[in-house]
Amino acid sequence: MGDLLLIIVILGVTYATGSIIEKNHFKKIRQREIALVKKPVVTFGKKLTTSKKIKNVELVTGEAAISGDYFKTFVSAFRNFFGGRMVSFESIMDRARREAVLRMREKAKNADIIVNLRLETAMLNTEDNNNNQLPKVSVIAYGTAITYER
Amino acid sequence: MILTNIESVPGMKITGHCGMVSGSTVRAKNFVKDFGAGLKNIVGGELKSYTELLEEARREAIDRMTQQAQKLGANAIINVRLATSAITAGAAEVYAYGTAVKVQPIEG
Repeated sequence: MGDLLLIIVILGVTYATGSIIEKNHFKKIRQREIALVKKPVVTFGKKLTTSKKIKNVELVTGEAAISGDYFKTFVSAFRNFFGGRMVSFESIMDRARREAVLRMREKAKNADIIVNLRLETAMLNTEDNNNNQLPKVSVIAYGTAITYER
Repeated sequence: MILTNIESVPGMKITGHCGMVSGSTVRAKNFVKDFGAGLKNIVGGELKSYTELLEEARREAIDRMTQQAQKLGANAIINVRLATSAITAGAAEVYAYGTAVKVQPIEG
């Protein structure tokens, strides 16, 4: 009985912390994306044609490691059993990718355009580690920042 | 050293190829930070120590690749790619590879 109560308390607490952190994170991401809306990022590089003189070319990267929480893991265990969309994990992946891309763009604030954006994902936890099934996702975003001569 | 992940260096022309260069590194954080990240993992949020880990690993992999290119006498690396793999829990491998080239500015 005591164990069950403890699990319920942990689930309640982690549900609260997880959703507050996620809500605030999404809010921040949206604000930063709006601030950067005039700086284009494209996923192609070959077909870049410009008549402007180029001042600087540079590789820029951004990293982010985001973790899930206990509640999400608990809920997704059911979802995994029955199949279907795992919404709680989709939001973690989304946050990690958008955060990594934003960090990359913020590093290249003086650049005019970032071409050939690529995303690389690494899961830091492995399947054979049974005590550590909570998801951690880390993303590296990289691209070429181009600055034009003014 | 100019690094790009496209197949050219905008504003410059390629005068010679030096071949493929690569650099890799496997890094881990100390057990205290791993423990801290484990606690953070329960409540949710960003794992700052692992973000740092990734940053360090990426920097080191690119540094090693750059050193190799310098030895070959190149002054730019084009088509840089980064690959990651999770070799074990709490460690990250970053592998950077690209083509070392000699470039010079286009005149006129």
